[in-house]
Amino acid sequence: MRRGVQVPQRGASDGAVAIRSRPRARRLQVWLGENPLGIALSAPYLVFVVVVFLVPFGFGVWMSFHDFYFTAPGVEVPHPFVGLENFVEVLGDPVVRQAFLNLLIFLVINVPLTIVLGLLLSSALDAVVHAKAFFRVSYYIPYVTASVATISVWIFLFSGNGVVNSLLGDLAPEPSWLANPALIMPLIAAYVTWKNLGFYILLYLAALQNVPKELHEAAQLDGAGRWDRFRSVTLPAVRPVTSLVVLLSIITTGQIFTEPYLLTGGGPNGASMTPALLMYQKGIQQGQPDIAAAIGMILVVVVMIVSLVSRRITEGKN
Amino acid sequence: MQSSNAAAGIRRHPSVVLRAVRFVLLIVGALAALVPFYYMVIGALQAKRDTSLIGLLPLPGNLTLGNFGEINESINLLQSLLNSLIFTAGVVACTLVFGLLVGYALAVLSFRGQGLVFALVLLVQAIPFQLLMIPLYVMVVRYLNLADNYLGMILPFAINSVAVLVFRQYFLQIPKEVFDAARIDGASELRILRSIAVPLVRPAVLTAMLVTFIGPWNEFLWPFLVTKNGAMQPLAVSLANFSQSNGTFVDNPMGAVLAGACVLAVPVVVLFLLFQRQFTSANLGSAVKG
Repeated sequence: MRRGVQVPQRGASDGAVAIRSRPRARRLQVWLGENPLGIALSAPYLVFVVVVFLVPFGFGVWMSFHDFYFTAPGVEVPHPFVGLENFVEVLGDPVVRQAFLNLLIFLVINVPLTIVLGLLLSSALDAVVHAKAFFRVSYYIPYVTASVATISVWIFLFSGNGVVNSLLGDLAPEPSWLANPALIMPLIAAYVTWKNLGFYILLYLAALQNVPKELHEAAQLDGAGRWDRFRSVTLPAVRPVTSLVVLLSIITTGQIFTEPYLLTGGGPNGASMTPALLMYQKGIQQGQPDIAAAIGMILVVVVMIVSLVSRRITEGKN
Repeated sequence: MQSSNAAAGIRRHPSVVLRAVRFVLLIVGALAALVPFYYMVIGALQAKRDTSLIGLLPLPGNLTLGNFGEINESINLLQSLLNSLIFTAGVVACTLVFGLLVGYALAVLSFRGQGLVFALVLLVQAIPFQLLMIPLYVMVVRYLNLADNYLGMILPFAINSVAVLVFRQYFLQIPKEVFDAARIDGASELRILRSIAVPLVRPAVLTAMLVTFIGPWNEFLWPFLVTKNGAMQPLAVSLANFSQSNGTFVDNPMGAVLAGACVLAVPVVVLFLLFQRQFTSANLGSAVKG
C-alpha cells in the first residue's frame, strides 16, 4: 500500500524530487521494474480486458444464479438470489435438450466429413505439381467470405423452388430441405463443412509438407505399398492436425447461430435450434437473460468436456 | 501380398490412372467450392428468378442490374457499406494499437506485473464468446447506452489476443543489440518503439491489418444484437434483416438478396486474391499457436 502512494509523487515534480529522495526513487524503480513504461503501455489494454471480459464474465455467472429481468431504464428492482433454479429450469426444458442434441447430430456429420475430405484433398494437393496455387485459393475462398453472403446462396439452392429441387425434379425430398426436420441439421453440417474445409485443407497440407521424404523412401525400400505408406507414415504425421481439427470443430459447433437463424429460425419445430440461437431468443427476445446466461454456462461446460474427451481419444494412443 | 507390395515399391512414379483420379478429385473439390459463387452472381443478375438448369446460364433475356438498384433502395447500400467500413476500421485500429503497444511491452520491456499481463492475454483467448454474449449485451445496451453506436459495436473486438501474441513474437525476433544501441544513443523507449521497433515489423502490421479486416467485415451476431436502427447497421446485418423480411415489395427478392451478398463478398474476396499468401500463412500461424 505504502509503495502505491509514491507513484503520483514521482510524476508530480520530476527532477528535484528524484535527486532529493534518491533512495526512495530507486526503491520505486526496483519495484516497478526496469522499464515502468511497460505498465503505461499495457494499462489501456488491461482496462479493456476488465471492462469487456472480466466484468461481463463475472456478471454472467452472477446473473445465472439470480432472478434477472429487464426493466424500464432507471427503475431499480431487486434481483434475488435463486440458487440453481435457472439451471433446473434450463435442464428440464425439452427445447434446450433438443438444441444440444442438434449439436451432437451436427458433430457426428461435420467432424468425419471434414477429416476425410480434408485429408483426401490435401494429399492430392500435396502430390500434384500443376495449378497448386489455383486449387489452394479456390478451396480457401468460402472460408473468407461472410456467412450472411454464402447462406443466401444456400437458400437459393435449397429452398422449396430452389436449384437443387428443380434439378431433382420428382426426387426432391418432401417436405423440402429447409422444412424437413430430418434433413435440416445435416444440411447445416454440410454447409459449415463446405465453408471451413479450405482452412483445414491448408492445415493438413502444412503437416504433409513437413513429412520428411526419407521416411517415405525408407518405407518404400522396406517394401511398403502405397496404402501401407499412407497408414504408417502419413497418418501418424498428420495426427496432431487431426486432433486440432476435431478440437476446432467442437469449438465452432458451440457457436452455431447465423446458419439456423437465417435458414430456418431454429425450425421446423426446433429441429435446427442451437444453444446459441436459443440464448438469443430467450435472453433478448423474451427478456430472460438469467436463463440465457445459464444456457451459456452449460454450453461452455459441455464444449469443454467434449473437447477434453476428444483430446483423450485423438491423442491418447501412442 | 508380399510380392505385390514389392512390385508397388519398385514402381516409383504414380500410374497415369492414379494421377488422373487425383486431378479429377481436385477439380471436383474446386468446383464444389466455387460453383456457389457462380450462383451468387447469376442469381443476382436474374431479372426473374429461374432455378432450372438452362435458366442458370447467363441468358441475355433474363439479365439485369436491377437487383442492385432494388437492394440499394431497400437497405441503403452506401450507408450500410460505410457502417461496415467504420466498424471494421475501428476494430483494425484498436487491434493494431493494442497489439503493438502490449506486444512491445511484453517482448522488449521488463516491468512489474509483466507476467500478469501475459497471463491475461492468454486468458482473454480462453474465454468463449457464448459466455459473454448475454451479459455484454445487457451492459452495452442497458447500462452503457451504446446500442446503435459504433463504439458499442467495436468494444468486444477491440482487444485481440492473437495480434498481441503475434506482435510479441515478431518483436522477440529483433536482436537485443538493436535496442541497446538506441538506448546508448539516448533514445527514449517510446521513440525506440516508434522509430525502430514498429518499422522493423512493418510486414507483420500489414498482415495483421488484412487478417483482422475479415472478422468484423463478415461479423453478424454482435452488431446484429446491438443495432436496431437500420441507418447504423453494417451491411451483413442489414442484408440479413432484409433477407428475413422476405422483401415482398421487391420484384425478385432472392435476386436482391444475392445482389447484396455480392456487394458484401466482393471486397473480402478481392483482398484475399491480392494478398492470399499473407492470409493463409497468418491464419495458420494463429491456429497452431492458439
